[in-house]
Amino acid sequence: MTKMLTVNDLKFMYRNRDVLQQIGFSIEQGQVIAVLGPNGVGKTTLLKCLNRILKPREGTVMLDNENLLDLDTMDIARRVGYVPQRVETGRLTAFDAVLLGRRPHIGWDVVPRDLAIVDAVFRKLGMEALRLSYIDEMSGGELQKVAIARALVQEPRVLLLDEPTSNLDMKNQVDILTTIREVVRDHGIAAIMTMHDLNQALRFADTFIFIKNGRVHIHGSQDIVTPSVIEDVYGLPVMIGELGGVRCVIPGACKTT
Amino acid sequence: MHLNQGTVPEDYRAYLNRKVRWILLGLILAFVFFVLAISVGAVAIPPLDVVQSLLRLSSSDTWDRIVWNVRLPQAIAAVVAGTGLAIAGVAMQSILRNPIASPFTLGISSAGAFGAAVSVVVLGAGTMQSTVASPVAISNPYLTTAVAFIFCMIATGIILAISHIKGASPEVMVLTGVALSSLFSAGVMFLQYFSNDAQLAAVIFWTFGDVGRATWDMLPLMVIVVGAGTLYFIANRWNYNAIDAGDETARGLGVNVTRVRLAGMTVAAVISAVIVALLGVIGFVGLVCPHMMRRLVGDDQRYLIPGSAIAGAVLLLASDTVARIIVAPYILPVAVLTAFLGAPVFIYLLFRGYKR
Repeated sequence: MTKMLTVNDLKFMYRNRDVLQQIGFSIEQGQVIAVLGPNGVGKTTLLKCLNRILKPREGTVMLDNENLLDLDTMDIARRVGYVPQRVETGRLTAFDAVLLGRRPHIGWDVVPRDLAIVDAVFRKLGMEALRLSYIDEMSGGELQKVAIARALVQEPRVLLLDEPTSNLDMKNQVDILTTIREVVRDHGIAAIMTMHDLNQALRFADTFIFIKNGRVHIHGSQDIVTPSVIEDVYGLPVMIGELGGVRCVIPGACKTT
Repeated sequence: MHLNQGTVPEDYRAYLNRKVRWILLGLILAFVFFVLAISVGAVAIPPLDVVQSLLRLSSSDTWDRIVWNVRLPQAIAAVVAGTGLAIAGVAMQSILRNPIASPFTLGISSAGAFGAAVSVVVLGAGTMQSTVASPVAISNPYLTTAVAFIFCMIATGIILAISHIKGASPEVMVLTGVALSSLFSAGVMFLQYFSNDAQLAAVIFWTFGDVGRATWDMLPLMVIVVGAGTLYFIANRWNYNAIDAGDETARGLGVNVTRVRLAGMTVAAVISAVIVALLGVIGFVGLVCPHMMRRLVGDDQRYLIPGSAIAGAVLLLASDTVARIIVAPYILPVAVLTAFLGAPVFIYLLFRGYKR
């Protein structure tokens, strides 16, 4: 597997305060990476630095031998899709809301290929029935799918997702993460998502980054997710066990008898 | 990604065609009201003769003169001002992410009124006349227009400067607008307190927006500013759609949200300033026409911007026509009528909900 995206020595400051420093990691094609850490540690900031919604002070984000931070915002949007935590609704059909994702590719107006790509993504995500529903009448889960579909029609190489499952019920969480997992594998792209639920991360991500005090605390595969790492990062003792072949994290110290 | 196996869904095409039909209907209505606006007045000219006169086929010199010298510039001004106010309104609602934003949210109408008051009270541009048709007139309209425009642009400049420093957040823009609006209103009251009866009347009459003030020599400026502004907003329709989806979504789509906001606000402000300076304050059109169209074509700016432009033209043409017949032989300023006519239609549309 080749490295697709490599982040090197990324530093972000808000006013004169260091928020992120010496952030470095890489991700391979077809992989999902989970960015983990407690609230306020800079996970969302990190995502926004990767597609230059926020401007990092130092560092590079290399995607296929190009430094994203040197590109024009439209050029970045043609390579990186972003799904923020909060999306606004309006009197728009799901089809039009997703069509907006073609913005970085649209010249004066949409061409039939744009519409065909939107249609293909609706089919891919099994959302054909929602095409002409108004997004201001949708449930949280449906809206999240629309936001993901919008990022997919950008035809990105990398997908950035900011807590894609916050505010969703269990079934929708699994649906959304399964969808992301499949799309990433089928299309040979990569996804970087911030998450709070360690159990979901263990089930759906290939690689894990724990952020602590604005730095990468540890970065690696499933093996690095241990009770001691989690206690270091979150300050909470946990137990990790297996249930039906799936690793689970449960808060609380091991009871020793 | 390989996503080429899709097709353009038929039901989506049909859905778009419905929006196009609303816009075509609006265009037809606009044409009907345009002819009607020229036809109705102290001298009634049958609509067919209006069309003949517009095509230079009329046999009556009197009617030709009324049509070409009096009513046509007024009707064109109604179309241009209605279009301008409505597109400025729709852009401001998107830029400021605020459903009650209008061209005047940033205090432009108050600034214009203050400028007019300064020209009348301080610079002596207002006098009383003793004709029945127009009891109060501004003796030097060019001075008043110029000063009103200058103050509109001062208000815009202050908001732009503050927004630029504070990162163009919609909250800062709206609140600065509220503050400036109050400041200029207080300034108008201050000047009115020290003015004589004639000046007071002139200032108040100036603020009643009226397309009857339009003359041929004003129209080129209005047409150029509103035309260029309309093209600008239409060219940016995808950026406004993106901003409507949330700032972060828009940034993720490569839209420079700050730049789009500041530029859009400047264009909307210049359009409003030109209309206010030339015709006075015409409220309601910029606020409500976009919302009327939202009920019919939804929030998609591709259809909302042209739809609102047409709705603005129709509302102002209809209001101006009614203003000339409702208390004939007196002619009301159109600003009085826009809300009288527009509010009931708007409340009806609110009740009915969205068009499916």
